[in-house]
Amino acid sequence: MSKTRRSEAERRREAMEQSLTGLGNLIYEQIANQEFPWIHMQSRSTDNIMYDPEERQYVLGPRMIRRHSRNIRHMRPFTQLIWTAWFAKELVRQRKTSTLREVYYSARGQRDIEYNNQQESDNIITDMEVALNRAREDFHIFPEERSAIFGDLTIEYTVPGYEGRRTNLTDHPDGVMIGPAVTSSEFVETSADKVLVIEKGAMFTRLVEERAHDKFNAILIHTAGQSPRATRGIINRLNHDHGLPVYIFTDGDPWGIHIAMVIISGSANAAHLRGLTTPDAEWIGVWGTDIIDYKLPTEPLSEFDHKRLHELKDDPRYTGGIWQRELDVFLELEQKAELEAFSRYGLTYIVDEYLPAKLGS
Amino acid sequence: MSQTEYQSISPADFFYRNREIAGFSNPSRATYTAVRELLENSMDACEAQRVPPDVYLRITEMGDDRDTETKFYKLRIEDNGTGVPSDHIPQTFCQVFYGSKYTLKQARGTFGLGGTMAVLYGQITTHKPVQVISSTGGEIHEFTMMIDIQNNRASILKHNIKQNPSKWRGTALELQMEGDYSRIMYRLIEYLKQTAMVNPYADITYVDPRGRLYKFERGTEKLPPLPESVKPHPHGVDVETVRRLIAETKTRNMKNFMMEHFQGVGSITSEKFLDLAGISGKVKPKTLSPEDIVKLVRATREYSGFKRPDSSCLSPIGEELLETGIRKELTLGENDYIKVVTRRPSTYLGFPFIVEAAVATGRTVRKTHGPGITIYRFANRIPLLFDESSGVVWKAANKNINWKTYKVESDTPLVIAVHVCSTKIPYKSVGKEYMADQPEVEREVTNAIREASRGVRRYFNRRYRIAREHRRLNIFSKYLPVIAEFSAKLAGKEVPDIEPLLRIVSTDIPEVEKKLEEVPEIVEDASE
Repeated sequence: MSKTRRSEAERRREAMEQSLTGLGNLIYEQIANQEFPWIHMQSRSTDNIMYDPEERQYVLGPRMIRRHSRNIRHMRPFTQLIWTAWFAKELVRQRKTSTLREVYYSARGQRDIEYNNQQESDNIITDMEVALNRAREDFHIFPEERSAIFGDLTIEYTVPGYEGRRTNLTDHPDGVMIGPAVTSSEFVETSADKVLVIEKGAMFTRLVEERAHDKFNAILIHTAGQSPRATRGIINRLNHDHGLPVYIFTDGDPWGIHIAMVIISGSANAAHLRGLTTPDAEWIGVWGTDIIDYKLPTEPLSEFDHKRLHELKDDPRYTGGIWQRELDVFLELEQKAELEAFSRYGLTYIVDEYLPAKLGS
Repeated sequence: MSQTEYQSISPADFFYRNREIAGFSNPSRATYTAVRELLENSMDACEAQRVPPDVYLRITEMGDDRDTETKFYKLRIEDNGTGVPSDHIPQTFCQVFYGSKYTLKQARGTFGLGGTMAVLYGQITTHKPVQVISSTGGEIHEFTMMIDIQNNRASILKHNIKQNPSKWRGTALELQMEGDYSRIMYRLIEYLKQTAMVNPYADITYVDPRGRLYKFERGTEKLPPLPESVKPHPHGVDVETVRRLIAETKTRNMKNFMMEHFQGVGSITSEKFLDLAGISGKVKPKTLSPEDIVKLVRATREYSGFKRPDSSCLSPIGEELLETGIRKELTLGENDYIKVVTRRPSTYLGFPFIVEAAVATGRTVRKTHGPGITIYRFANRIPLLFDESSGVVWKAANKNINWKTYKVESDTPLVIAVHVCSTKIPYKSVGKEYMADQPEVEREVTNAIREASRGVRRYFNRRYRIAREHRRLNIFSKYLPVIAEFSAKLAGKEVPDIEPLLRIVSTDIPEVEKKLEEVPEIVEDASE
């Protein structure tokens, strides 16, 4: 299995390199034909982002835009796009990875690229994703890492210097950071039969300490708030490629709910990408009804929480299932509860009582 | 109980006692006023002679080791003007209210006062006589004189007549006075510079007390047309003027009297006007009662059928000469823009006047004047240097005009020069420091600045557009090579040639320039 896996990673890398070369050829031919170079891409403006109930995620609509170097206003972003594509090709070719921030600073070293801030650079990278229909991780460009994974999963690295080296993710009690190396690794084998996704680092550490991975036979993933794309990609692979069901455990407030929803149905910002959503993942708490059932200590909803809950009620991703019910409970109670609220029953209560009940149901 | 004494004083005596109203209030101001009065007389004399003025001015500090700021100076001025006929020399320089300018035409001086005041002031502060050397082309007359102040006449100490083989024509004058040069130096030089600005055909040489030479060279030999003397306009007369005209008239009836002594009055106008005044055209002028005269003058204010006052008595500098003068003295170059307009004649209270305005901006203006508006004011080709913010030009530029309309921001460097010429400048004081805001004058000044500013707006618009086009081209020539370089690297090929593409964009530019020329001028309602 690992042999074909490794060639799979290599094949993806080569395809990426070809795609970037193709972009270069397109522009080159246009200039050689004495044309002002231009490219077509899907529009990312809000009126072209729509929810697709079939795919169960946001997708880009049919509207296309042209980025044309004859247009004086397109000139600078167009140049930035070509430079970024070249930078990505160098990364892919040299089997190196970089971060959004590094790309921004590398551009600062290049005359005439002239980013005013990192936001501009990040935007151009998103343009490139849309234009080439690839995720930036495929270009070897990653955000700052902060999420982690722990559990019985053996992976095989593909990054230069570690090719073929294997590790089991239980080797590191703090969890393994989900960075380029983990993201690009092959998943060799696992004895786990589920994935447990947790919003907060403290709770992740608690679960590792209480050996929740053994107890529930689970791989633990810590998202550190809104999960990064690489983490969503890994959750998708574990679910889609390895058939592990995914359970998400967040704070019982509108922000926690939405962290779960983005893992399940994706975000509008990534409407141009596929393979980042896990529509079958389940949000298992903390629910509004848990607050009642477990008599959890709570805090009152702020005005901002209130507004956000109403926004979520109108969001197409929140139709059906338990969503509307739970949103209504929060609004009725006018209360919210954090993961740590279970500590009132002792530190191990969550592993001994709550999670078995939830996962059993 | 004291007894009230009655006595009469001569005009010279009056100004001796009240010299501050003529601008001789203190030693520094007196220095300035003396130079100014004498220089203006010289310029008038040259223009009357139709020669480009050559004026030489020298102020020398007299040997004096007093350690005060007030010192004694010798002031000498020479010109190449008409010269003064020898029998007029004593009165001209030593009698207050004697002169050649009491006619209805534009001139710098009008009171017959200034030159004599300088002499008077010199005499009372130093007790030294004045020396005048003048020739109208024949013999040269040298006078050494003092003013008999109580009797307002000259007392001649010496009179020499010399041969004039070189046919010199002109006047030289030398007097001594108490003054204070150090305090007035800046203003005096500024005054000379601005004089050169509105008299671009004059050569002015000045040697100051520190021995420095200032030379303001002429930029042209052309003189503006000489103003002509004209009859009074009916709108401008008062009871006294009419009374005097009646006293000396040779006409036999009122109809002819009106036609003979006023400008622009023909047979029909004369009849219609007298009808309105209720005075028969057949009446003999000399039989008019004082009441009739008052009736007549009142009617001139009510009758609207008179022609506009004749402006041939005015001598505007003209757009070409004014531009020459300003360009020369402000050293404007290629990177500066100036627009000059001469308005059509207009009138206030029966006096004709013409307003000329120049508005300049650009790199030199920014360097020499800094950001914001700088105002230069001139009346009958005399610079006005004092009390700027009380004057009509300041009001027009700062209160009446919305500069945003002309693309002028608060930090745009802008020079505004306004010249008003008239048979009677609406001065606020005898010292001729600033012009009052007579409604008609204010309106004309405002409109003149607006008209010139429209040129400035066109200039700014054009400059913005050209700058934009150059920026456009710059963007292409900056980014296209980068696109070419990195697309070639992406494709793994040689860098493609972008010259054909750059040629396409750069050929756009002349087209744009051409289009700019075709942009029609925006014609605005003058009343705005």
